[in-house]
Amino acid sequence: MQDAKDLKEYRRQMHESLDNEFLRKTLDTFAVAYRAGRAKAFAPFDVAELVADVARSKDEARSRIGELYLEFKRKAEEAGVKVHFAADAAEANEVIVAIARENGVKMVIKSKSMTAEETLLNHALEDGDLEVVETDLGEWIIQLRHEGPSHMVMPAIHLSRYQVGELFTRVTGKEQQSDIEKLVKVARRELREKFVRADMGITGANFAVAETGAIGLVTNEGNARLVTTLPRVHVALMGIDKLVARTTDALKILKVLPRNATGQNITSYVSWITGANECGPAQGGKKITHFVFLDNGRLEMAADPLFSQVFRCVRCGACANVCPVYRLVGGHKMGHIYIGAIGLILTHFFHGAQKSKNLVQNCINCEACKEVCAGGIDLPRLIQGVRARILDETKHPLPNLLLGKVLANRKLFHTLLRTANRAERPVADHEGFIRHLPMIFFKEHDYKAVPAVARSPFRDRWPGISKGPGTSGLKVGLFTGCVQDFVYPEQMEAAARIFAARGVAMSFPMSQSCCGLPVQMMGETQAARNVAVQNIRAFEKDNLDHIVTLCASCASHLKINYPVILDGESKMGEKARAFAAKVIDFSSFANDVLGLEAGEFSGEAVRATFHAPCHLCRGLGVHEAPRSLIRAAGFDFREADESEVCCGFGGTFSIKFPELSARILNKKLEKVEETGASILLTDCPGCILQLRGGLRKRGSPIRVMHTAEALAARMRKV
Amino acid sequence: MDNGAEEQKERQPLREQFREMAEAVSATVRQIHDFGEAVAYAVDLCGGRGGCRLAISGCEEKLSRAADGLCRIKDEKIIAAAGLSEKRYRELERSCANQGFTCLRSGLRSHLEGIDIGFTVADLAIAETGTVVLDCPGEDLRLSTMICEYHVCVVNQSRIVKDAFAAEARLKEFMSRAPGYTAFITGASRTADIERVLALGVHGPLEVHLLILED
Repeated sequence: MQDAKDLKEYRRQMHESLDNEFLRKTLDTFAVAYRAGRAKAFAPFDVAELVADVARSKDEARSRIGELYLEFKRKAEEAGVKVHFAADAAEANEVIVAIARENGVKMVIKSKSMTAEETLLNHALEDGDLEVVETDLGEWIIQLRHEGPSHMVMPAIHLSRYQVGELFTRVTGKEQQSDIEKLVKVARRELREKFVRADMGITGANFAVAETGAIGLVTNEGNARLVTTLPRVHVALMGIDKLVARTTDALKILKVLPRNATGQNITSYVSWITGANECGPAQGGKKITHFVFLDNGRLEMAADPLFSQVFRCVRCGACANVCPVYRLVGGHKMGHIYIGAIGLILTHFFHGAQKSKNLVQNCINCEACKEVCAGGIDLPRLIQGVRARILDETKHPLPNLLLGKVLANRKLFHTLLRTANRAERPVADHEGFIRHLPMIFFKEHDYKAVPAVARSPFRDRWPGISKGPGTSGLKVGLFTGCVQDFVYPEQMEAAARIFAARGVAMSFPMSQSCCGLPVQMMGETQAARNVAVQNIRAFEKDNLDHIVTLCASCASHLKINYPVILDGESKMGEKARAFAAKVIDFSSFANDVLGLEAGEFSGEAVRATFHAPCHLCRGLGVHEAPRSLIRAAGFDFREADESEVCCGFGGTFSIKFPELSARILNKKLEKVEETGASILLTDCPGCILQLRGGLRKRGSPIRVMHTAEALAARMRKV
Repeated sequence: MDNGAEEQKERQPLREQFREMAEAVSATVRQIHDFGEAVAYAVDLCGGRGGCRLAISGCEEKLSRAADGLCRIKDEKIIAAAGLSEKRYRELERSCANQGFTCLRSGLRSHLEGIDIGFTVADLAIAETGTVVLDCPGEDLRLSTMICEYHVCVVNQSRIVKDAFAAEARLKEFMSRAPGYTAFITGASRTADIERVLALGVHGPLEVHLLILED
């Protein structure tokens, strides 16, 4: 449970996780196994179609939520269930404690429920002098340890068999070994005895189906079946977002949920409960059954134009499974109660800005979560949205305001960058790295060498660049982005040589500025919007076929985010869509539009590998183009393991969380080194900055180049 | 070919998919030709193959006093079959009596320490996932599939459907009836909560045996 007061304390807390070797190894193995398991489970299907089905069902439920609640309530109450609505966590807990009192309950058994974790129900029950026992193995383990879950589906993933063995020794009063099979058997017997004694069972629910009044529970262990069968009272606590209209909607979600959560085709058990079931010890042989629906901020989300997507979440936990930050620090540091990308968002709505303000900074914006989300939620964007809300609710810190102002004023921004070059000259070495970090950086930034600002930016070099005949009939606008304009202008020059050789006419609008992604990431919505408008205007004059950029992050921001940012503005919205349609990344342009072929290149078969920038492979869905270019250029191409996993840069992320950035980077570099490549190619200057800096620090001879540089160097006509 | 033979031929791929998917989640799948074979299978599993034991699984471990107390109660080998027709139940009961096993169809709450075999007939089976579906509002039928060490389930071949959507009308019928408890069961009770290592039989059955009955 992340509860740091400020970012500094949060970073200190994360150090504990980084030093936990067991956790790191477990989560590493899990990250790799999960990807393979998920792919296998979805292999026979069109995943995008299944995800769209989930989104449709959930969107419909959200838009009809009030009506569905009333329909469900009517059906369920006709069948003998009492249905409650709780506005917040305290109210839900009060309702449940009251049910226990009314029925003279002494002992409660529970099956796993994230909603009950959210309301801290166990504390309320214990305060009401009730004995409470969790019966899901992982939940029981963490309950005994007085911890919160560290994963939504595998709550005790942070613990080793030895820790569980010690715990069970304490619980049974007998020495236990660390054999997992035996420990599971011990739990089976210890918990069976609790089942027999309990007089009230509490569960969550994965579905509440309006047309039948039934709830559905998705479980593997079978404990939820015992919890809902043995005690004379059953209470199901669920978020109001669990409502769906029809059985078929629940079945559609069920098709995706286990596959996405654990790579299982289906869980061992799915139990559908309608009405008050037969129950021996209950009065009249009928179980006392209560369904409690919880709002706690959900309806506010449902009504919000941006955050209403959250209703599509089915709590599968996949967003944590693929998150490079979760993989490093685990769920206790990557969530308050809810974990992973969705946890960053839900924490804000369920537990408030105090709990979410640090947590929500911990997103590297690699979009891995967005790619696997069962409901197709644009998680990175919502995280940026939470950041914006926090800024608006509190106050914008001075550095944010300054950056926003500076970026919106292109001339001022560029003047500052030029000044930086002059200031750095005394400390820059001949390879373009800064020899000693300036004072503004902390010692944690020492994991990579930092490049110096170039002596002259691309915009100053542009007049002297050979433009070629421009006879191909294609006309492109070049968008450099800040890093290529001011740090790596040689990458743009390389691309310009290729384009000139192929007769592509080029223009470079001087009024272009930063793409705006850094301010968007900070939640500075207004500044992001202003910069977007400035760039769209800069490119609208020349009659261009394409707008080419060598920066994957810029490309995906220009192409995917601009239309969203300006969606509400009729005239600019239309311009943004027209602009976005022309934006293309370098590799796609060189491969798909220009069709560069092997015959145009010469050079030795040097071994090379490729790092796929997050915003290229996931942001833009480009996978093949750069690889096919590298092969065409005559390199001995070797795919690295996890080549599509983030390099740890993440723009401002690497400044806020240098320790995390360094660990992610080192993992990436190990995979690169394993290929035996002497050249590492990639399509994003941000990644190049990170990768080059890290390799230099390791003293590695591997050279990092932009794909454009590698191609230009080998092109015969250039 | 007559209609029946044609229909059977169409069903075969479903049966094979069902078998493959169920086996993938550690279920044992057998083809049988009549109900008598199912009875013989359950009785053999209990006796001949040593499935029924007086010692309950887990009771060999070092337990707390309270948990150990629940282990001492069992003193018979029990097969529970709560959902069978009168005729089929009698058939099973006779075979159990011959072997000295206890056959039950009610009062399972007096055996919460555990029974050996739960014997059921599936209402539907789903090929895509190797799942059996049991419509079990009755508490004894439900309990028999939860507190047993082995679950033996007869699956009529004609009730195997492609996926849940193909049986949606039936499922909705089960779920609309009040009270109702519809169980999808796929393989044995499982957990991976300790170090993500798969362990079977954490709360429910340790094994699931599916007997596909040609009909």
